[in-house]
Amino acid sequence: MSLQEKTEKSVPLLIILSIVVISVGALVEIVPLFFMKSTTEPIDGLKPYTAMQLTGRDIYVREGCNTCHSQMIRPFRAETERYGHYSLASEFVYDRPFLWGSKRTGPDLHRVGGRYSDEWHRIHLTNPRDVVPQSVMPGYPWLAKNSVEGSNIAEKMKTLRILGVPYTDKDISGASEKLKGKTEMDAMIAYLQNLGTTIPLGR
Amino acid sequence: MPEYNLLSDFSSPLWAWFIFIVTVGGIFWCFYLLMSQTKLATKEGGDKIQTTGHKWDEDIEELNTPIPRWWMQLFIATNIFGLVYLVLYPGSAIFDGVLGWSQVGQYNTEMEVAEKKYGEQYTNYLKQNIVTLAKNKDAIKTGGRLFSTYCTQCHGTDAGGGPGFPNLRDSSWLWGGKPEQISQTINSGRRGTMPAWGAVLGESGVKNVTAYVMSLSGRKTSGDLKAGEEKFKQLCIGCHTAKGTGNIALGAPNLTDNSWLYGSSRRTIAKSISEGRNGRMPAFGDFLGKGKTHLLAAYVYSLSQEK
Repeated sequence: MSLQEKTEKSVPLLIILSIVVISVGALVEIVPLFFMKSTTEPIDGLKPYTAMQLTGRDIYVREGCNTCHSQMIRPFRAETERYGHYSLASEFVYDRPFLWGSKRTGPDLHRVGGRYSDEWHRIHLTNPRDVVPQSVMPGYPWLAKNSVEGSNIAEKMKTLRILGVPYTDKDISGASEKLKGKTEMDAMIAYLQNLGTTIPLGR
Repeated sequence: MPEYNLLSDFSSPLWAWFIFIVTVGGIFWCFYLLMSQTKLATKEGGDKIQTTGHKWDEDIEELNTPIPRWWMQLFIATNIFGLVYLVLYPGSAIFDGVLGWSQVGQYNTEMEVAEKKYGEQYTNYLKQNIVTLAKNKDAIKTGGRLFSTYCTQCHGTDAGGGPGFPNLRDSSWLWGGKPEQISQTINSGRRGTMPAWGAVLGESGVKNVTAYVMSLSGRKTSGDLKAGEEKFKQLCIGCHTAKGTGNIALGAPNLTDNSWLYGSSRRTIAKSISEGRNGRMPAFGDFLGKGKTHLLAAYVYSLSQEK
């Protein structure tokens, strides 16, 4: 009996061989990435998100910012001239999940940290056209009205710690204290101002 | 950045061998599969269409019609392409490819080419001072383009600024309008802090100081100017000076020129006094490098020289 005939007549063998064939791509292209230092170890100086930044990040996801803004500067001159140093995998090890995105209706935000003042972000997030008249970005005025107090930030940090983010007990117990009297706007700005700052803006 | 080495990046070099074996082995497996099936299909049989020899349910036979020759050839070409690719490019994990291509290498080459093309021009500009460059049409054109990319988000496309973001076309400067002062502002950034006086002054105090501040630029106001002046002399002259002309070392605005960073209305001025302000110009020196910030300074300087 040829291999073909054997495979056609044995259901278990057909299933096993089919699974092998369709998983080859993932086995070779994805699985080894979980065992690479450059993708799994944090870059020197990378700090886990603070309570405020983490809260801001969740608001960023909630408002769908990543639908229009990528966080991935590709190694092309046209991108690094405008945004700064190209993104490295080791900058995202504490991001769960990462927000690289693939569509840029707005500019890339990976190195937006420190590029504008807090006040600029406040005005821009409330109504982008107050500072950039040509902007098509929607305004997010409610961020300034919503409080972030009483969110489940400690639980979030505990979960992230299980996934390998090195939060200390003190970080977690002091987390909700850090959000006292803060609005979603404050949290969002804290997150944005931290983005991509592990690598200094220079090349 | 240190030379990147894929083999030492893996937690174990076995991963590289795993990739190599599955990738290269996969290509040969496809080739073997193709040839073995073809052989079966091109067995001599005249015009009669060959079957695989399998019979199902007594008389159902499985045809094995040969696929078109050009299609076969495409399959083989694909296999060869794959092997050639693995020889040229770093696709097999254990071998970097004879072309020595890498993503970072390609980026560095792109940057070197740009440096060759533009570097000399920037070096040339760096040798000239900002006042000279401000009269150089080409330099201002380039500076203007840089301004459009990096500065318009806050200062506006016409450099006219907005509430909280200084107008760069007028002659009123928070941190000084001399070329070297503008250059320092762009390179190192600025941080202007106006403390909040609301709690100290109280409601009527804020009102009186607002009135006094407005009177400094000759505007008509209502309120107790005397009381306002008294408080001003106690709290404000440290930064804004006794005459209210400001201090460019601290970025304290001149209050006598009727030019207002946050707006000229009574309410806005009262808000600045009671709640304070935090103005911040980010530092662009590290990000843009000397050449570009020099041109930007020349461009910004040229704007206030236009008459």
